Amino acid sequence: MTVSTGPTDEAGPLDATTVAELRQIIARYPQSRSALIPMLHLLQSVEGRVTARGIEMCADLLGISAAEVSGVATFYTMYKRRPVGTYHVGVCTNTLCAVMGGDAIFERLKDHLDVGNDETTPDDGGGASITLEHVECNAACDYAPVVMVNWEFMDNQTPESATRLVDDLRQGKEVRSTRGPRICTWREAERVLAGFPDDRADDGPAAGPASLLGLRIAREQGWSAPPTEHAGGTQNPKEGS
Amino acid sequence: MVDALTPVLSAHWDSDRPWTLESYEATGGYSALTTAFALSQDDVISMVKDSGLRGRGGAGFPTGMKWGFIPQGPEKDGTVKPHYLVVNADESEPGTCKDIPLMMATPHTLVEGVILTCYAIRANHAFIYVRGEVLQVVRRLQRAVQEAYLAGHLGTDIHGSGFDLDVTVHAGAGAYICGEETALLDSLEGRRGQPRLRPPFPAVAGLYAAPTVINNVESIASVPCIVRNGADWFASMGTEKSKGMTLYSLSGHVARPGQLEAPLGITLRQLLDLAGGVREGHQLKFWTPGGSSTPILTDEHLDVPLDYEGVGAAGSMLGTKALQIFDDTTCVVRAVLRWTEFYKHESCGKCTPCREGTWWLVQTLSRLEQGRGEESDLEALLDQCDNILGRSFCALADGAVSPITSSIQYFRQEYVDHLENGGCPFDPARSTLFAPAEALA
Repeated sequence: MTVSTGPTDEAGPLDATTVAELRQIIARYPQSRSALIPMLHLLQSVEGRVTARGIEMCADLLGISAAEVSGVATFYTMYKRRPVGTYHVGVCTNTLCAVMGGDAIFERLKDHLDVGNDETTPDDGGGASITLEHVECNAACDYAPVVMVNWEFMDNQTPESATRLVDDLRQGKEVRSTRGPRICTWREAERVLAGFPDDRADDGPAAGPASLLGLRIAREQGWSAPPTEHAGGTQNPKEGS
Repeated sequence: MVDALTPVLSAHWDSDRPWTLESYEATGGYSALTTAFALSQDDVISMVKDSGLRGRGGAGFPTGMKWGFIPQGPEKDGTVKPHYLVVNADESEPGTCKDIPLMMATPHTLVEGVILTCYAIRANHAFIYVRGEVLQVVRRLQRAVQEAYLAGHLGTDIHGSGFDLDVTVHAGAGAYICGEETALLDSLEGRRGQPRLRPPFPAVAGLYAAPTVINNVESIASVPCIVRNGADWFASMGTEKSKGMTLYSLSGHVARPGQLEAPLGITLRQLLDLAGGVREGHQLKFWTPGGSSTPILTDEHLDVPLDYEGVGAAGSMLGTKALQIFDDTTCVVRAVLRWTEFYKHESCGKCTPCREGTWWLVQTLSRLEQGRGEESDLEALLDQCDNILGRSFCALADGAVSPITSSIQYFRQEYVDHLENGGCPFDPARSTLFAPAEALA
């Protein structure tokens, strides 16, 4: 499986492989229109954003109007009408992360990268570009402040760690999610979201330390759920590992 | 006497690669299928009703009763519509962070719950609608479903039972409103995520206008242990009307934030004791019991039983059990303004009181936060809240006014201080996790 990373030629038609994969997505659903959200994810992986010809193609394949597709593409935050960089960096600035330091991280990154919200660093030809955005709560509040890179968790960040993170990304160094695999490109991530797995499910840990807080305390204290009637009950953490 | 913490859903999160089928089956995973297939569908529904399981996504509706609303038999015109199960894995309520670690560590618990639920409600196709912004969780779900097919837990004639089931993992595209169940259905049908008028309820006309059950991840993941260990075992935990164990998520100014699985009815005081208390040298100022849409509480409420009734009696809601802890360095006006900006951004725009009202709330609150308003603006703010609450199709707007009205109830003087001070009297650097020691002195 390869993901196009080259410049997008919007003049011609979409390539046959992409059209075939769009049809594969449609086949997953009892009613074709349900495929629209993953189809737009796939188009973003191919074209780096939602383009006019991508919208036309969805409309053709689903038998709906381009206006209906466009209405969906503009509703959801993850769909971008302007080109996204090699990496999408999202800083959580919802209340809890903001208070814990997300606001300071976002300010530092805007300054360091010299971009505003939802803007992309210039592509200098050699290195990787970064699109910076503040994001809403990403369901990792026990790891605040949280930064997402291509929707992978980077837990417990500081302005300094976040600055190092974006520098490493721009310099092409290997970056690993704190609870996930090596960071892939934004386009590769979008392909997974379209339902085409990339075989990285086994990478990274099962849980971070915060996720295991209660389990660890229960083991220390010898606490467990009530015993079950049948042998081999699986609820007792004392029996585990 | 039941122990203070009762890990069931989280019991194997620290095992070796617990997300794999091999690991899940080694701890008894998928054994509940044999038990369920030996029972009638209605008996499985009865078992879940008897367990007292209530929805873990916020509303607390009895799960078995919801399943019982699915009409059986043909329609009036003689046609038979398919039934669907849709799992709400769009965890986005600010502060809420329980379903994501569950699906990351043990996605097969959810898949087994999906199979049991679909058997009970006679559905042959289920969808797991997971938010798109959690890539590794999407990967683990995709893998778990693939493994379950290969093992014969999904597909046709599962384990010779004659029961067929397909499961589709569907990643969303970034919209808080899609956690609202009817907006989620519209989104799953390939539309803008906007809530529907009810009735008809999804149990009668849900996905593709067919009978549909929509349940939260934690609710569905709680079904396997009920089928395996019995309704009485589950109901032996918790309080009279709030049965079972659940995941409490502690975040913010806590010595050790994280997930704690306990019987319903534990108090914040107990949970904080286990988590090492509020950040050293500081006092608890305010907290949310179940996400930003549940009215905030204060240190007066440390001993409120965290079950559906107890938190309700204290003037808030149990919600998603997302306990966001803020200490005395936090400006409540700043916190509330940020939540309000979130609701304004996430309003889907369908209902005028929400679309326009959340915009006005941000305008008024911003002025107050910058110390530019007048004290009468507080009355204007409460009046705006009164004109928004209960006037839209869904609960987003109701959630938007909760932090405002509750913060004015408990911290009115702090709003006034902003006006008298000509701006925020707090130093935001002191509330950060990386605040230097001298800033905290």
